[in-house]
Amino acid sequence: MADVKRVERPLSPHLQIYRIQLTAVTSILTRITGNALIVGIALAVWWLLAAATSPEYFATANAVATSWFGDLVFTGSAWAVWYHYLAGLRHLYYDAGKGLDIPTAEKLGWACIIGSVVLTAITILLVQ
Amino acid sequence: MRYLTARKRAEGKGASHTGTEHHWHMTVSAVALAFLVPTWLYIFGSALGQSQEQVVAIFARPFPAILTALVLIVGMRHFAMGATMMIEDYAKGTARKMAIIFAYSLSAVIVATGLFALLKIAI
Repeated sequence: MADVKRVERPLSPHLQIYRIQLTAVTSILTRITGNALIVGIALAVWWLLAAATSPEYFATANAVATSWFGDLVFTGSAWAVWYHYLAGLRHLYYDAGKGLDIPTAEKLGWACIIGSVVLTAITILLVQ
Repeated sequence: MRYLTARKRAEGKGASHTGTEHHWHMTVSAVALAFLVPTWLYIFGSALGQSQEQVVAIFARPFPAILTALVLIVGMRHFAMGATMMIEDYAKGTARKMAIIFAYSLSAVIVATGLFALLKIAI
């Protein structure tokens, strides 16, 4: 009974050395992008209200919406909406019980990240 | 006397007492938004940066107006329920209740404002 071979266990991870997995990053990004989109939609609705109200009000809102700040918010929102879009589709796929093995889940994660950047670029090119 | 057994009444309801209602609503609105959002992004993105007359002319047309209304109604409901999920994970007690009420209120204000703007442009 002597000399029992010790099982090699992974070290208990703590936050500073923990290698966060792609699936975890892409999961939390879904939540962050979805909730952050409130900023873009609020700015968009305010801009639409101004367009419906008066030329002076529109001048103010349009100046903000087309300023560097507006560009930042809307470009960020374009990426956020596409990321959330792809990650949402991935959720529907997961809900069907598919793609849950690690290699497929990681591929889907990269698909969300790369796909969202590509779709954002296409959107910006289409609307400018 | 109730003919349903306790087991039968509890089945599928889980800890939330509403079963899978929340999840199912998120699924339905996600599918709806998957159809609505790409076209809306194109319409809104094209309108952004134009003059006021052009913006009003775009959103006075039926398709952009109805699509925008749908995106707002479905999207803000999806937001309020999604934000609730996040709040429930990170806050508790009174802070949780207040944050959830705030999320729903903010969504309602944005929907009402957007619909008012669309109506004003339409008439």
